[in-house]
Amino acid sequence: MPGQVASAEVAAAVADAHRSQWAFVLAATVRITGNIDAAEEAVQDAYASALETWGDRGVPENPGAWLTTVARRRALDMHRRAATARRALPKLVEQDPGAFDAEAIVEEATDGIRDDRLRLIFTCCHPALGFDAQVALTLRLVCGLSTADAARAFLVPEPTMAARITRAKKKIQAAHIPYRVPDASELGERVNGVLAVVYLMYTTGHTAPSGANLMRRDLAERAYELARMLRQLLPTDPAVAGLLALILLTDARRNARLDGPDLALLSEQDRSRWDRSAIAEGAALVREALSRRPPHRFVLMAAIAAVHDESASWSETDWDEILGLYDLLVDTWTSPVVQLNRAIALGFARGFAAGLAVLDDLSADPQLARYPYLAAARADFLTRLGRFQDARLAYEEAIVLTENEAERTFLKRRLAGLAG
Amino acid sequence: MSKYLILIFQDEAKAAQAEGESISTSYQEFMQHRSSSLLAGAALEVSTTATSVRPDDAGGFVVTDGPFAESKEALGGYFLIEAADLDEALQIAKEVPSGTGVEVRPVRVVSP
Repeated sequence: MPGQVASAEVAAAVADAHRSQWAFVLAATVRITGNIDAAEEAVQDAYASALETWGDRGVPENPGAWLTTVARRRALDMHRRAATARRALPKLVEQDPGAFDAEAIVEEATDGIRDDRLRLIFTCCHPALGFDAQVALTLRLVCGLSTADAARAFLVPEPTMAARITRAKKKIQAAHIPYRVPDASELGERVNGVLAVVYLMYTTGHTAPSGANLMRRDLAERAYELARMLRQLLPTDPAVAGLLALILLTDARRNARLDGPDLALLSEQDRSRWDRSAIAEGAALVREALSRRPPHRFVLMAAIAAVHDESASWSETDWDEILGLYDLLVDTWTSPVVQLNRAIALGFARGFAAGLAVLDDLSADPQLARYPYLAAARADFLTRLGRFQDARLAYEEAIVLTENEAERTFLKRRLAGLAG
Repeated sequence: MSKYLILIFQDEAKAAQAEGESISTSYQEFMQHRSSSLLAGAALEVSTTATSVRPDDAGGFVVTDGPFAESKEALGGYFLIEAADLDEALQIAKEVPSGTGVEVRPVRVVSP
């Protein structure tokens, strides 16, 4: 039968369009509804009708444009029906005529949509919303995740996630958080806010802070897609280039991170399993972004990842270069976790005793008191210095502190392998 | 346009020291600069002069000395402003010379 498409194929096409086009379709629809909730409903309807229509008439050449047209028509229908209902009632209040010119909007070229997606992202990541709410809204509205999936990704009960999203949407509406791209004067700061959300999504997905799986791939992939979208929308922003590079250069090693069920350290990984094309792209982005001064913290973190990725083996790692990059990073970002990583680089560049001395100083920092990687790093340096008794205690501390099963297994393996 | 209430919270001890008859120059400058957005505003007497009035269980009222909630920082004044959106309201809020910062609350829109 002409035009008939197998249902599995249609379902796959709709799922693909959901993943790649959701933000585009929603952003274009919010423009005419002026209201996120109404736009979401119209977009959900558009995806539902795609499942039916594409089976009969085939998958359209441009699914995003098809879905946008259908969602916008649906939004206009909903608006007209509401307007009719209002007309049927005695006129109590003069209605705002609004900016609804149906056909003109549906026919409108999609030129403005680049900005629409940015508007959506900046609204979701507005600093007047709590950070948790920013992450939740971005997953829900920009990535199109269901509330249940967003809850699963962050290991919170679904009602908690639902309440978080509802509260945030209510604040957007009640406080009139604008749907716009910030002015040049505040753009840098606001981009940083968006990148913080994407980075948290990536790190949560890359090393799930708790639970049995080391990596929650779906979350890491959404973060990667968001970073790609931001790069496309803000092509000259060095911080955006830095975050995309960081994700590419870290993710390039993902297939080598697990050796069977066990966590493999950078020093143990089979480098032939690293993704060379991702490394090449990430390294090129780093070079581009490093030319802008002062370098953004994501650019420096990506540069450090690039030194590892481009090193032929662990023993050939250029630790002086890495230590130099950490020194720059510490200047732009005073985080105890960065201090910890710098101390590790110092240990490899200048000797483990020197590194251990800095790690011991950091142990006094209350922010690191329950941080398992500090104990793990001390355990490793103590082992390398032959202080096995102290190393044993440090491993035991790290095992207690980590909440990730794969990491715990790794640490236990290390502890069991200690000499003495 | 939307309305927002900017609530100015102050350290009462400091506010008491600065107490005077006239409005400080910095506030005068702020009010002049933002006159087109300001709908109303006032400075309040210290919270120790507050009186709380609460309904009791018997259908009457309990009148007590002092504010609803005791805290180091107390409501010291407010501005009612009109702004295009939250970003503009926050911009205005940043210019309030309170020293301690302010809270911005959207005014609820109610149908008549």
